[in-house]
Amino acid sequence: MSTAKPSTSKEYRIEAPDGLDLGKHQFVELYHYIALNRRLEERLSILYRQNKIVGGLYSSLGQEATSVGSAYALADGDFLAPMIRNLGSYLVRGVSAKDFVAQYLARECSPTRGKDGTQHFGDLSKGLIACISMLGALVPVMAGVAMAMKHRGQKNVALTYCGDGATSTTDFHEGLNFAAVHRVPFILVAEHNQYAYATPVSMQFTIENIADKAPAYGVHGEIVDGNNVLAVYDATRRARQMCIEGKGPVLLEAKTFRRKGHAEHDPADYVPKKLRAQWEAKDPLDAYSRFLLDQGVATRSEMDDVDAKITRELELAVQEVLDSPFPDKSIADRDVYFSARTDGGSHA
Amino acid sequence: MALTTYLEAIRQGIWEEMERDERVFVLGEDVGVYGGAFKVTKGMLDHFGPERVVDTPISESAIVGAAIGASYLGMRPVAEMQFIDFISCCFDQITNFAAKSRYRWGAGVPIVIRGPSGGNTHGGPFHSQNVESYFYNTPGLKIVQPSTAYDAKGLIKAAIRDEDPVLYLEHKYLYRRIKEELPSEDFVVPIGEAAVRREGSDLGIITYGAMVYNALDAADILAKDGVETEVLDVRSLQPLDENAILETAMKTNKVIVLHEACLTGGAGGELAARIAEKAFDFLDGPIIRVAAKDTPVPFSPPLEEYFLPQVDDVVDAARKLLAY
Repeated sequence: MSTAKPSTSKEYRIEAPDGLDLGKHQFVELYHYIALNRRLEERLSILYRQNKIVGGLYSSLGQEATSVGSAYALADGDFLAPMIRNLGSYLVRGVSAKDFVAQYLARECSPTRGKDGTQHFGDLSKGLIACISMLGALVPVMAGVAMAMKHRGQKNVALTYCGDGATSTTDFHEGLNFAAVHRVPFILVAEHNQYAYATPVSMQFTIENIADKAPAYGVHGEIVDGNNVLAVYDATRRARQMCIEGKGPVLLEAKTFRRKGHAEHDPADYVPKKLRAQWEAKDPLDAYSRFLLDQGVATRSEMDDVDAKITRELELAVQEVLDSPFPDKSIADRDVYFSARTDGGSHA
Repeated sequence: MALTTYLEAIRQGIWEEMERDERVFVLGEDVGVYGGAFKVTKGMLDHFGPERVVDTPISESAIVGAAIGASYLGMRPVAEMQFIDFISCCFDQITNFAAKSRYRWGAGVPIVIRGPSGGNTHGGPFHSQNVESYFYNTPGLKIVQPSTAYDAKGLIKAAIRDEDPVLYLEHKYLYRRIKEELPSEDFVVPIGEAAVRREGSDLGIITYGAMVYNALDAADILAKDGVETEVLDVRSLQPLDENAILETAMKTNKVIVLHEACLTGGAGGELAARIAEKAFDFLDGPIIRVAAKDTPVPFSPPLEEYFLPQVDDVVDAARKLLAY
């Protein structure tokens, strides 16, 4: 199942940061999440080609380590708001593959009961807040989550993501600045994946690193290899610690690459072949698999077991969702308001 | 007993809710040390402390965004727009984040967004607007505008206790001009209930906000000719007290819809349409809308006076309608 090949000296290799606090179980768990992220999206892609997906399909191919590593560094009570390319973050928080399949297939059994699609869902009981399509909008919202944590004396953090494109929005600026002024426990992971739809990052801003914006806000900024799950985990864990100590917010820049188009319909032929090849060679799943083998942390057969389990889980999930109904139109005008009345009135 | 101004009534309402419920807090530009540009939050910082009276950068989108985020953690934020005109800067957070959250994924957003709206104070194009129509076409929001001190207090308390995002549009012309004696005990004005301000059977004027007073003045003038005018203050645009509106229409058979916002695309169109759809058989004439001109709010006093619906405009419209 894994595409890992024997190591050669020229290959992209990842290393464990000094002082990494992970045990064997956790190393394997990280592998599970990255592999599940990858395979689930591959399975969704097949469903897309079979015309089963309603609407668009978004991929995080090549960026899985950023989602998984950052979410894995959070603790109970922390809040996380994934964006469209953070499927892995949801998985770490305990969301099932079936929920994603149901969302993309617009079924009644999906977390939004068919009222919204894709990764547009949350679950407050799991500390997950849903994104909206407008980029950057989560930055002020999560700054507010962090402010509430601080004011209530909770030792928790709020984390969200933005792409390089979203750094151009009002909300990126307003939200990060607001968080900085109030020194709230907020981590903003900026995924520098080099394209915003078809627009290269050179048309988004003129500096090399998103983290270079951090000093302008008076916050700690750090650059991390977004394809190295261990580096992302470690950087997020340290950022979290800073936030808990009152030294937040933190702007974490993950250098990575969006290997597919903006969405499944987009062949992304505006991406130079050489650039794409460079980043294909830095595949986060392959790199992490090699790390586990080279370091003797896990054996090939242990990883195969994980892969086999994922395959079974996905087939079951897909079948269950395919067999499940679309929502009944009777729910379409429900839950606009708290009140049972569709216009929010207080009496029937 | 002392008279309480409309402005003081809002302040009291927020204050009492903050005393009653520790989850309630206010945030906005200059709300803390300065007590708010119009002093609605005066004294709150000293009494409640900086964690419940939060001064913010000039960032309307972050103010509302942060309010939404805090509400997800169980807080009850009251976000101030220094002037309601600035609400355009956080349109996305309100219409896309707050309004759709419950529907999309079941997470309610119990926040209040309040601020001074309306003209007649020579504030010019950016400090005088009535913004309700920008939001009226967005399901998931509630929209209220009080016209009396009693309602100002009762509606802000109801808004803070509400489970949904509420736009609370206070009229700054009324801030210190309107005052009355308020009950000392706790009370709320339920959102979605209109109030008859004057009873009559010859003509109905359906209105809200500062225009309630223009309607009442017009009713006084018309009374000299023996015309009995009913004035209905809808108080809440969403949800709308449709029964009360239809009752006034069916009782008077002649209806003027009056508001201070611009005519075209204004809430008056919605009110008129509901009456036309559901009380057509009771009407003896066309439903007439009286509203501000379809221009930006002009600055200079004679221009603004021309722009705003005046008592005479209401009386003129009434006479035309009464001729049917």
